[in-house]
Amino acid sequence: MNDMKPVGANEAAPVLPSLAISVRGLTKRYGTVPALDGIDLDVPRGMIFGILGPNGAGKTTLIRLLATLARPDGGTASVMGHDLVSSPQAVRGLIALTGQFASLDEDLTGRENLIMLARLWGFSANAAKERADELLAAFELSDASRKQVKSYSGGMRRRLDIAASLIVTPGVLFLDEPTTGLDPKARQGVWKMIRSLAQSGVTILLTTQYLEEADQLAARIAVIDRGRKIAEGTSRELKSAIGSGFLHVALGDHARLGEAEAILEQALGAPVQRSAEGAQLSVVAGSTRAANEALGLLISAGIELSDFSMGSPSLDEVFFALTGQPMDEEAGGETS
Amino acid sequence: MSSVETGPALLSHAARPPRPSALANALTFGWRAVLKFKHVPEQLFDLIMTPLMFTLLFTFVFGGALAGSTSDYLQFFLPGILVQTVVFNSVYSGMGLSTDLSKGLFDRFRSLPIWSLSPFAGLMVGDVLRHTIAGLIILSVGLALGYRPEAGIVGVLFSFFLLIVIGFGVGWIFIVLGLLIRTPMTVMTIGFTFIFPLVFASNIMVRPETMPEWLEAIVVRNPVTHMATALRGLMSGTATAGDVVLALTAPVLLTIALSPLVLWLYRRN
Repeated sequence: MNDMKPVGANEAAPVLPSLAISVRGLTKRYGTVPALDGIDLDVPRGMIFGILGPNGAGKTTLIRLLATLARPDGGTASVMGHDLVSSPQAVRGLIALTGQFASLDEDLTGRENLIMLARLWGFSANAAKERADELLAAFELSDASRKQVKSYSGGMRRRLDIAASLIVTPGVLFLDEPTTGLDPKARQGVWKMIRSLAQSGVTILLTTQYLEEADQLAARIAVIDRGRKIAEGTSRELKSAIGSGFLHVALGDHARLGEAEAILEQALGAPVQRSAEGAQLSVVAGSTRAANEALGLLISAGIELSDFSMGSPSLDEVFFALTGQPMDEEAGGETS
Repeated sequence: MSSVETGPALLSHAARPPRPSALANALTFGWRAVLKFKHVPEQLFDLIMTPLMFTLLFTFVFGGALAGSTSDYLQFFLPGILVQTVVFNSVYSGMGLSTDLSKGLFDRFRSLPIWSLSPFAGLMVGDVLRHTIAGLIILSVGLALGYRPEAGIVGVLFSFFLLIVIGFGVGWIFIVLGLLIRTPMTVMTIGFTFIFPLVFASNIMVRPETMPEWLEAIVVRNPVTHMATALRGLMSGTATAGDVVLALTAPVLLTIALSPLVLWLYRRN
């Protein structure tokens, strides 16, 4: 491995300079279990690209490969024009990674964590302190800068973690489930931060299992399941590919959910999805006319509806339509 | 959040400094190890609690019975307890490594364009600090209780150098465990399962001649026995080159055998 090669000599990407990330047929096995099973991906520069999938789909594995933390078993991939396998050190010079868990030294203060990383990047002692203070101010951590990270809240850790990825401006920033475990307010804060980074030209590849997050942030979304990409497009494209006529039905009497499910499935010829709480059924209706007929069947069967509506599918429903199963029912721990 | 406004400005100001040398990277990790001492001073307590208790207990409770007088026993025991201190305390770099790995901190380090082994250099700086500090405290207690190193300051300096080499060698065992095991406490438990019998079945506490023959045969071949013998010799000025070579054998062999394994474990996914 030519780990020690200097970066910068070949900054301009030799092929497809408009792509920040280019992935072809990437595979990775852990033992005999394929964590990634032939993924193709093209991420243009400056874009927020979302990788959406349930736990264990291979999201973290993909990030680990692209961040040079693990070597692929097959396929090729380049980041900012540099091949992952043949020039990992060049890739490392152009990326930053914010992993799923705050990767900080809990015993050190927030400021010391940033100074340490700045020193590792090559800043002089004084420049490292300056850079740390700038970032702490920008991420509203100045007040806590001299406290040990172990005393930080989840949101503060996440902010410090992202700040730690911005010591030098990365070409590509990998964010692995950036808001997992955060409260709604902290999540909003991180979202704003991600958007502002993208506005300034940083390419961001983020994984999430929150549909709303992908919908809110990502210009393009790849849906992955069991190590394979099962769909890709803008949020709108993904939704329209499923069909816009989505019928949502809420029942007054939960005992008759199964019955209603059977009626809808037969009437519309499409699989019916139950919402996470189980109170609502969603199904592709195709047209308003078909939806009306299905509703008529429910009513004539004496099933009381507390609510019904037609609309675009949510990404939950997109996932269901693509995989035949709801996102949150897929069991299994996240592969690393 | 103000970062929305300042974020882009912040990025554009960030100049990319030249790549630092491997040495500079290693020193940064060493600095981190020093900071740990500043922020977690209570780890000192862990470092010296056991050897301190042993020193007091063995000297005053068993010393008279074992060596005729407490002062004679202390003279025999103190160099040995220094070896025990260093061997036991080499567990900490493995535990620290395990913590860093489980917290994902090493993932960040590994995604940086730095010399890939520099984090280990940081562990070693931490080790040297730990061994020196713990050794000095135990030695000071010994001096206060009446221990006298006949070879004087030079003997003490050589002794500490040997101690650091021993700690470095034994440390590889725990670094391997730290790379394999993601719970720091398990690293400690498994490590001590091997280390405890080695330390107790040695000549640190008692002369092997007093033991049953079969045990004596084991004890005189125990690398920890060689370490304690060499350290006693260095402190009293009677050590032969052979003593020191024997004491260094195990640390050198451990380094040769385990450092490539550590590299492989670290670079594997």
